[in-house]
Parts: sequence; structure tokens; C-alpha cells
Amino acid sequence: MSTISDLKQSISSSTAVQVVKDAIAKADSVAEYNALLSLTAERALDRAAKVDAGDITGPLAGVPFIVKDNFLAFGAPTTAASKMLESFNAPLQATAVERLEAAGAICIGKANLDAFAHGGSTENSAFGPTKNAADQTRVAGGSSGGSAVVTALDVVPFALGTDTGGSIRQPASFNGVVGVKPTYGTVSRYGVVAMASSTDTIGVFTTDAADAELVMSVMSGKDERDMTTLDDFFTPQLQPTSGQKIGLIKEFMTDDVDAEVRQSVNQYADRLRTAGHTVEEVSLSMLQYAIAMYYIIVPAEISSNLARYDGIRYGYRSSDVQTLAELYGKSRDEGFVAENKRRIMIGSYVLSSGFFDAYYQQAQKARTLLIDEFNKMFEQYDVLIGPVSPTPAFKLGENTSDPVKMYLADVMTVSPSLAGLPAISVPAGKTAAGLPVGVQLIGARKSDGQLLALAKSLEGAN
Amino acid sequence: MTSTELLEKYDMTIGIECHVQLATDTKLFSGADNDARGKSPNSVVSPIDFGLPGMLPVLNRAAVDLAIKAGKALNAPIANVSRFDRKHYFYPDLPKGYQTTQMYDPIIQAGYIDAPLDDGSTVRVRIHHAHMEEDAGKLSHYGNYSLVDLNRAGTPLIEIVSEPDIHSAAAAKAYATELYRLMTFAGVTHGDLYNGNMRFDVNLSVALKGAIELGKRAEVKNLNSFRSVEKAAEYEFHRQVALLERGEAIVQETRGWDDAKQITNSQRSKEDAQDYRYMPDADIPPIVLTDQEIADIQATVPRLPGEWRVLLKTIGLDSLQTETLLDAENEYRTTLSLLDIVEASSDNTEKAKFIALWHVNTFVPLLRDESFIATSIDYTDLITQLYDLTKASKLSSNSAKAVFIELAGSSELPDIESYATEKGYIQESDEGAIAAVVDEVLADPASAKAVADIKAGNDKVIGFLVGQIMKKSQGKANPALAQKLIRERL
Repeated sequence: MSTISDLKQSISSSTAVQVVKDAIAKADSVAEYNALLSLTAERALDRAAKVDAGDITGPLAGVPFIVKDNFLAFGAPTTAASKMLESFNAPLQATAVERLEAAGAICIGKANLDAFAHGGSTENSAFGPTKNAADQTRVAGGSSGGSAVVTALDVVPFALGTDTGGSIRQPASFNGVVGVKPTYGTVSRYGVVAMASSTDTIGVFTTDAADAELVMSVMSGKDERDMTTLDDFFTPQLQPTSGQKIGLIKEFMTDDVDAEVRQSVNQYADRLRTAGHTVEEVSLSMLQYAIAMYYIIVPAEISSNLARYDGIRYGYRSSDVQTLAELYGKSRDEGFVAENKRRIMIGSYVLSSGFFDAYYQQAQKARTLLIDEFNKMFEQYDVLIGPVSPTPAFKLGENTSDPVKMYLADVMTVSPSLAGLPAISVPAGKTAAGLPVGVQLIGARKSDGQLLALAKSLEGAN
Repeated sequence: MTSTELLEKYDMTIGIECHVQLATDTKLFSGADNDARGKSPNSVVSPIDFGLPGMLPVLNRAAVDLAIKAGKALNAPIANVSRFDRKHYFYPDLPKGYQTTQMYDPIIQAGYIDAPLDDGSTVRVRIHHAHMEEDAGKLSHYGNYSLVDLNRAGTPLIEIVSEPDIHSAAAAKAYATELYRLMTFAGVTHGDLYNGNMRFDVNLSVALKGAIELGKRAEVKNLNSFRSVEKAAEYEFHRQVALLERGEAIVQETRGWDDAKQITNSQRSKEDAQDYRYMPDADIPPIVLTDQEIADIQATVPRLPGEWRVLLKTIGLDSLQTETLLDAENEYRTTLSLLDIVEASSDNTEKAKFIALWHVNTFVPLLRDESFIATSIDYTDLITQLYDLTKASKLSSNSAKAVFIELAGSSELPDIESYATEKGYIQESDEGAIAAVVDEVLADPASAKAVADIKAGNDKVIGFLVGQIMKKSQGKANPALAQKLIRERL
């Protein structure tokens, strides 16, 4: 796979236009994976010509990238892989996209996802599932499946995703690329179709940790248009702190977890030890409640954030309506996929009068306890590690009839999301069948730079 | 039963919710213009107000500051930490599918206001709390379609929720009126009632006098004048009492006010009440305010009506004069502040009273005359000079008034004394000159009877003689001096 610096070299030895053309050609050649929903070729080539003319400069000048199709960006509709927004052309761009463009990068297309980012396999896309980069009979993971696959297939050196409960880390693990879910508030959510406001984060897929550092440092920092953004704290580190104390999460290494996945994680732990760090088993008692918390809080926020898709001002509107109630009901019924509706219903239920205290409030209290437990753990440990997902990429269609089983597969990724912690997925080997397996590194809030430095230091030892 | 008898048999209990539109330049969560008046539909709408995908609210700090000021006017503490919540319902004028409001931790805590009644007494109404929220847009219905205008969507409001402390239609009107005065004096709102800057929802129930439990209440929504608040309360009281008298039940419901017919009518009943699925808004961090920040902002609140009443009473105004002045202040604040003129001389009680009464008796009636347009001249200077000239006996009060009316509409002020002199308004205070006129009048046979009466002890008749002197001097004689000279001579 090519890195950003490989691409920059190609640009200087050839032209940005040629590099972008090559990327678009590559994208076309891997169409069978259904990883892309649209290409923004015209705008991309126009910008590439400007790079060659010296009109666009910057640390990423001419470097092509792809965004998950829930980022508002010019050049193609922003569909969120839904019928609801199938023909929605964004009048403005997401802050993340703007910042990358300001650094000279060139968006060449928009990647597939589970509709409105609801799912963990990209099978919930209204435009068909994305296939795994290593095995086309298997899922890409999700919800940022398309972004992971285009990175793994070397279409672009980096692609943007969103991670609300694992939507970057899990597909990164399934496709063998680096996936970064930063500390909540690191990158502005402005211009990204909202899923769950309190856990939505913007992150990136890359070939290696150094590229992730570069892209994150361009995107991160305060944005006046998103009140939850943090002041810019992200600083890439050349070397990780030596002799770190690392906790291996016991609850994620039980017999229920695929043996090959555990083996990959243990091997990574050994490499950490070899590199001079200590790794010991740790236990977090609140983790067992994380799925329950997540599937109360997140659907609640989803039901609220998706209320704006009502067929009145933009987006899909059912043509077969007589009354206002029908306009709402049918437009939303036809415009959303089943998983969207399932989450809207769960969310509406837990927020309704009489259940709010019993579910939503209780879940928020439990969330506070989870955060406290993580904080205590980070008083003793620098980093926590574990698997990203209990299994490698599963077969297409394997879990679609059992949404609860699908939810349970998120057990390892939702906890850092609920706590707002940075967590990254880095390739940690392959199964005997050749399926990639990722290891998850979780850090204290704002330790993103340290996590990436640690991951970077182990990449050579692979 | 007569109205009075019914009033003796039943108690009414009223609580009022008031939406106040904040006088900010931009909306609560976007940079769009907050003044939609006269703008074409959907022309002051940002992507945030429009509810586009991916848009996030950015809290307008100016709106928070105005809420903090409102807290002072409501004698209510400001919460050090307050939060926004989402209230969900589907309606085409609500772009996000929820209204951003403060359900659980409002910015303004419990307080009270004292509203003066016409008889000079006051009614204290406790405030339960007041919270910030955004307004919705507007729908217009036509034959088989409706149009949405989102200009007003996102306008910052505070909703002031009273306790059910109001027990008469007059008190309801007094509360609404005082709330209006407080909010306008504190600079919280422009107070444009015609354009809905303050809208009142009147919750009213009736119960037999002495009953422990309150009756079922009806809420009359969206009243936008003090008079309609009073009339709606009166109407509802009689409607509900009539139902009870007929043995019928009162339905808990929302009602509208038909201003033309002066009646309320049913809009929707409790059964249709929606579940708003309130939840915290994770896009907006809590508003955290230190005591110092709150104090600093509240220190900028000018003198409020209650404080003005104390001051004006000290100066010597009665309550009718005071309320006239406070009303006028509200009416003309945007062009000139009448009370600033009074306050400028508040260290000199006599002068301040002169100026205050000048407003009540001369300036306010002039302002209310439709043919008069106030200009940018310095009215403080004009009135103060007229006071000084009157005080120095150079102008009679009638002449001062004449000078004022002649000059109040001009674009530039001349030297007042020269002007009055030129126009012949300056009164004669030269003893010699007046003495000649006095002598002339006393020698006039027409005065003989009066002179005799005064000598006989009927002192009041001296007024007649002074009048004759004023007439002969064409109003220029100083009447006090004339009187003194008459006494010396008789």
C-alpha cells in the first residue's frame, strides 16, 4: 500500500493530475467491491491542475483521498448511503474536508457506509454492501466499510470515516489498515451527518500510523462551528514514551472471542514487551454494561438527530400522500432502511415519558461510572489494549437476520466511545485463512499522539 | 347570578407563561439576522436554522447576557450551570424535528415581581423559573397547500413561567404590563408587541371559594396585548363558572383567543397532548457562569421600574404621574429616554420634579400628538433651560410651555432666553416698570371694589388685581412681584 509520502513523491516526479487520474482509474478498477458511491472526478481533476499550476499548495498538495458519504462535500451528492438523501447536494463542506483541502489534499470520491452510519458491516447501505478487501465473500465491516476498503485496496493513501461506536476501528481491523477514532471533540463534526452527538467522532484510515498523525494534525483543533471541539492538543510524537505500563483488558479475551483474534492480540502484547513496555492483565467491571448503555443512549440521540429528515425541506418525500401525517410517515418509512427505523424506534421508546428515567437516565449514570473506571485505570496504566472485534470479518449475510448478535459484536469498541477516549485499530496479523486482525489501543483523553507514537514504534517490528 | 355574586362564589387562579423575544442582533444558534420584520419569507435563514444535515448549534452569547439581565428584573438568581434540552415533535415549522429549550436546568431560577394595580396597591407574583429557547418558524395555510417561512425559526426567547399567584383579570393584566415594563427597561427585548415580541399564555382555573383543590385549567395561548390578557381571563372565568353552574365538567385543554369576537375557543384537548421525548442536547455544552460574570452583566442593567417608582415618589410624583411617565418611557425609549432627563437632575428634587411634571403635563401629550415628530435636539437642555428661566422668574409657566411647544419640533435649538425675549415671553421683573402698571390698575375705578374688599380682609380678591396687571402688561409682569407691590400699596 502506498503512503502519503509515496504519493507526494509520485506527484513531484509526475503531476498531481496524473496521480489523481491514477487514483480514479484505480477506483474504477475495484468497482466490484462496491466501496464507492460516487466519484468527484471533475472537481478533483480541476483541483489537481491547480496544484500543478502552483495555485494550491500545502503539506498534502495533490494527495488524493476519499470521504465516507456522510461528510458534506462538493462534487457529488451527500447520501449517507440512504434513499432519504439520495439526491442531496451539499451547499457547503464539512470542516474536516475544508481543512484537508486547505492543506492541498484532493477528494476524489465518496465511500459507502451503513445508511446513516447505523451498522457494523456496511450491509445496511441502501446501495448494496461493500465487500471485504481481503475476501469478497465477507463484509467490509462498518459503518465506514467503504473508506476502509478503498484504503486497503490502495485506491488512496487515506480515507475519512466517522466512529460513533466502532465504525472506524472495526472495519480497519477487518481490512488490515490503521483506523483512528480520536478523543471526542478532536475534529469538528460540522458538516458531517449526525448520528449520536455525544459519541460521534471524525477520524481516518491510513496505511500506517505516521500518515494518521499527519492527517489528524491537519484536521484537529477548535472549530467555532462545533461547540464541542477541543483546543488543538494533537501533536505527533517522534518516539513513544519508553517503558509504558500497558493493561490487557481481561474482559475482551474470554473464550467467547475467536482464538485467532486472541492469538494476534497476545502476539502484539509480546511485541510490546520486547519493545521494553510492561503488559499485564487488567479488569474493568463496568465493561459488561457497555452494550446496554450504548444501545440506549445512542438510539436516543439517533432518534433525535434523524427527526429533521421529514420530507419537508429537502431529501426524500413520498409522492403517495394525502395528509401531513402521511407525508411524515411514508417519507420516513420509505427513505430510511430497516436498521435506521429500528434505532429510531428504540430511541423514541427510551425517551418517552415514563421510560426516560428508567432507561436513558440510568444509562447515563452507568456511563459516568464507566468513565470513572477508565479514569482510575489510566492513573495506573498508560495504554489499554485488546481486540477490536470478537471475530475477523464475517460472511456477508451471516448476521443480517440477527440484529442483537450484530450489536453484541460491538462490545469492544463502544466503551471508549461512551467515555470519549481515543482508540485506534492497528493491523496485528492475519488468520490462517488470510483475514486481517486488528488490535485496539485505548488511551486517556487527549493521549491520541501517544497512542499513534506507540503504534508507529511497533510497525517496523512486524 | 350577577358577575359580582359569581366573583364571591368562585375563585380564579391564573398562572402566566410569557415568551419574550430577546433583542439580539442574531439568532440563538446561528448568525442569521434576528429581525425578520418586513423581510421576505425564508430570507434570514442560515443552514443551521434550516436544519440541514451536519449543522450544529453555536450558542449566541449575547442571548445569554440578556437572560442574565432578565434574571435581575425578575429578582431571580441565575444558575451557575444551566443546560439545553431538545423537545421533539414533528411540524413543518420546526426544521430540526425538535425545539432546543431548557427543560431540566433553566438559566433563571425562582424569583418574583411586584405589579402595581390601578388602586395603587401591588400584587406580588412569584416566578417559578425562566428558560431560554428558540422560536419556531411560521406556517401559512392556503386552499390545499401550506407554506413554511423559517425567518423566525431560531429567534432567541426566554419563557417566563409564573406561579399560579394571580386571582383576578385585573391582576393578570397588571402582571403582564409590569413584565413588559421590566423586560423593556432591562433592555432584554425591543418589546414590539404588534410583532409578537412578548406573547402570553394564560392558564386559568376556577374553584369554589375556599376549596382546597384547584379546578381543571384551560390554557389560552398566544395573547399579545395586556388588554387581551385581561379580557381572555375575564372570558375564561365566566365560561368556566357557567359550565360549573350548569353541572358540566371543565376539560383541560388549549384554547385560542379570538380578538374580534373577544372569546376563547377550543384548539386541542389534553388527550391530544404529545410526548415530547425531552433529552439533553449534547451539541451544546452547559452554560457555566461565575458569580462575578453574572454580577458584571447585571451591573449594566439600568434603573428598573420599581426603582424609578421609589425615586419619582421621593421627587414628589403621585402614582398616576409615575405610571404615565414609565409608560411614556417605554413608548419613546428608542428615540429618547425621558427618564434620563429626569435623572440628570435627581440631585435637585425641586428641579427634578419640575422636569418630571413637565414630561407628564407637556412633553408626553406633545409626543402623543400625531402631528408632532421628536427631533434630535437636546431635550434635556431645553427643559432644563426652561426650568432655570422659570425659576429666575423670567418666564411664566404658560410662557415656558409656549416656548417649549414652539421649539420642540425644531431641528436646532436657538439660545432660549434670546428666543423668549424676541418672542416677548420674558416677564417683567423690574420693580419700577411693574410698579407703574400696579399704580395704574389700582387707580382704575374698575378696581375700586376689589381694593375695598381686600382692605376689608378678603385677601383672595388680590388675584383679580394681579390678573388685571398681567393683562395690562401683556403677560410680561412677574405675578409674584405684582402681588408684593399691591400689598405694599394697600
